[in-house]
Amino acid sequence: MEQLNYRHVAAKRANGSKAQALVGVVASGNLEVLVERTLPDGECEVDIRTADEGFGKLWQAVVADFVERRSPGGLKLSINDGGARPDMIALRLAQAVRAVEGERS
Amino acid sequence: MTVWDNAQRARDSRLQAGARYAQGKRVARQDATALLEAVIQPGDRVCLEGDNQKQADLLAVALAAVDSGKIHDLHMVQSGVVLPEHLDVFEKGIAKRLDYAYSGPQSQRIARLLFGGQIELGAVHTYLELFARYYVDLTPQVALIAAVSADREGNLYTGPNTEDTPAIVEATAFKNGIVVAQVNAIVDKLPRVDIPGDWVNFVIESDKPFYVEPLFTRDPAAITQTQILTAMLAIKGIYAPYGVQRLNHGIGFNTAAIELLLPTYAERLGLKGQIATHWALNPHPTLIPAIESGWVKQIHSFGSEVGMDDYIRARPDIYFTGPDGSLRSNRAFSQVAGLYACDMFIGATLQIDLQGNSSTVTADRVTGFGGAPNMGSDARGRRHPSKPWLQAGKEADPDSPAPLRRGRKLVVQIGETFGGKNAPLFVENLDALKLAGKLDLDLAPVMVYGDDVTHIVTEEGIANLLLCRDKDEREHAIRGVAGYTDVGRGRDTKLVQRLRERGAIQRPEDLGIDPLDADRDLLAARSIKDLVRWSGGLYSPPSKFRNW
Repeated sequence: MEQLNYRHVAAKRANGSKAQALVGVVASGNLEVLVERTLPDGECEVDIRTADEGFGKLWQAVVADFVERRSPGGLKLSINDGGARPDMIALRLAQAVRAVEGERS
Repeated sequence: MTVWDNAQRARDSRLQAGARYAQGKRVARQDATALLEAVIQPGDRVCLEGDNQKQADLLAVALAAVDSGKIHDLHMVQSGVVLPEHLDVFEKGIAKRLDYAYSGPQSQRIARLLFGGQIELGAVHTYLELFARYYVDLTPQVALIAAVSADREGNLYTGPNTEDTPAIVEATAFKNGIVVAQVNAIVDKLPRVDIPGDWVNFVIESDKPFYVEPLFTRDPAAITQTQILTAMLAIKGIYAPYGVQRLNHGIGFNTAAIELLLPTYAERLGLKGQIATHWALNPHPTLIPAIESGWVKQIHSFGSEVGMDDYIRARPDIYFTGPDGSLRSNRAFSQVAGLYACDMFIGATLQIDLQGNSSTVTADRVTGFGGAPNMGSDARGRRHPSKPWLQAGKEADPDSPAPLRRGRKLVVQIGETFGGKNAPLFVENLDALKLAGKLDLDLAPVMVYGDDVTHIVTEEGIANLLLCRDKDEREHAIRGVAGYTDVGRGRDTKLVQRLRERGAIQRPEDLGIDPLDADRDLLAARSIKDLVRWSGGLYSPPSKFRNW
């Protein structure tokens, strides 16, 4: 089990006012993302617990692209990862933002 | 004086030796090995019918049981190395040299035997290429084939899985060779004649039906959202703009997703009748919803698929069927159809390098190619025009005068940037190169050459290699869809951006596709049971796909 944490500055606050949402499942090749609106508007934090060790560089790149594309200001995302591939991770992160924004982005 | 009929005399003496075990053409199955010892001679070229699906399994067991003191140094020329016995003959010293096309289930063991020197490898072929050599320099002296039934004269009914049999028998029977057939049953009257009896020398009735591998069944339940996204990209970014009507699909989950999106996503895009109407394709169960929705006009098949026979029989407007009502497949003709009469091949692969070369060989697996290189290559002898072919040719070469410009077949590689066990789809160097080095091969086993590939589709977007003007652009079009792999992260972002502005790279958003819309609800069938329902109960899936 490896724990990773990334903090980013986000360009704008995530839409909507929903306090939290949960997407995905913890399963092999999948992941669960809990998203909570707990941070100041210009900040974003992604906290990861993963079964697959040694993929820090990949996570860093996926998370950085996610913050740039979706601008999830004010959100803390906590991930329980079952060894998902980057395409699945990017999809779940985007789904998490959509879920907490409460509408289609 | 020159003698001109040595081979005929040799055949006659083999026939005589074999006749000892035969009543007419019929040989009891317990005499199968003795028959083979009588008609085969050391050093013979032998085709032991191992097709993509159908296997002459009784004859494989019989051949593996011959005395290697009597029969040895055989040169096996068969398209599929599928059964354990296909390799047992090498371990037992019965066979020595191998020319083949495909080795799916035996790919690890074949690699070990190659490394150990027990197999002397001629070459790994495409199906069509190996069949071609049956008529030039690899003509079998003996062919051991499989059919559904035979009559007393030795006429054969090969049924829905005719596959390679006509190509093998024609080459053997008309060049002084011996043809031995195993059949599931000997009957008074055949449903139809697929192979005339005077081309067949011996018939053995098996105690169980020949083995058929269900190779083209993909369970919709296993299709991921990422695969659905790649399917949406392919439909909207390639099928639609080129107007692809005549095509072949590979066997992966991405193309299964495309098949299941035709009656839903593609229908909403208004593409019905515009794309995917004429196919060279095995009877994929995942195409049933599109067929039932009126998308498909015609399908010619290489082989059949387990469980699809009743459905095919009930849809003769779509499939090629005989007077008996069952499918007539033919691998050689369907390969020719895929090569010359299709405008697109789309399929998955295991590795793609920076030039776009792709391979399914890894360090310890020598899988072979099957038909992919025939489907996935530009037919340089093609002369008939079509809209997609002309359009692709124009994109590759905008400056030549149109009447003198060759068209191009669309050859599309589709997949997720990371495959099973997080193995990257994109690599700096193919494992096939390492293998070629280790085995001292003149050619690395490349499945589709980079200069034949026109598009690469991943979840990150579509690379259009036709629009790349030099090696550097090509490399960056590939890096630009390679996601978070090392190859993808090694991109020059400015160059990738320029390629995107020119349309050589298209992102989902450039095509108006939101990755979050890639939902399993888009699949016309989400389980095998859904497929059975779509077929009105005619599709009868094999038990390993039944989970209800």
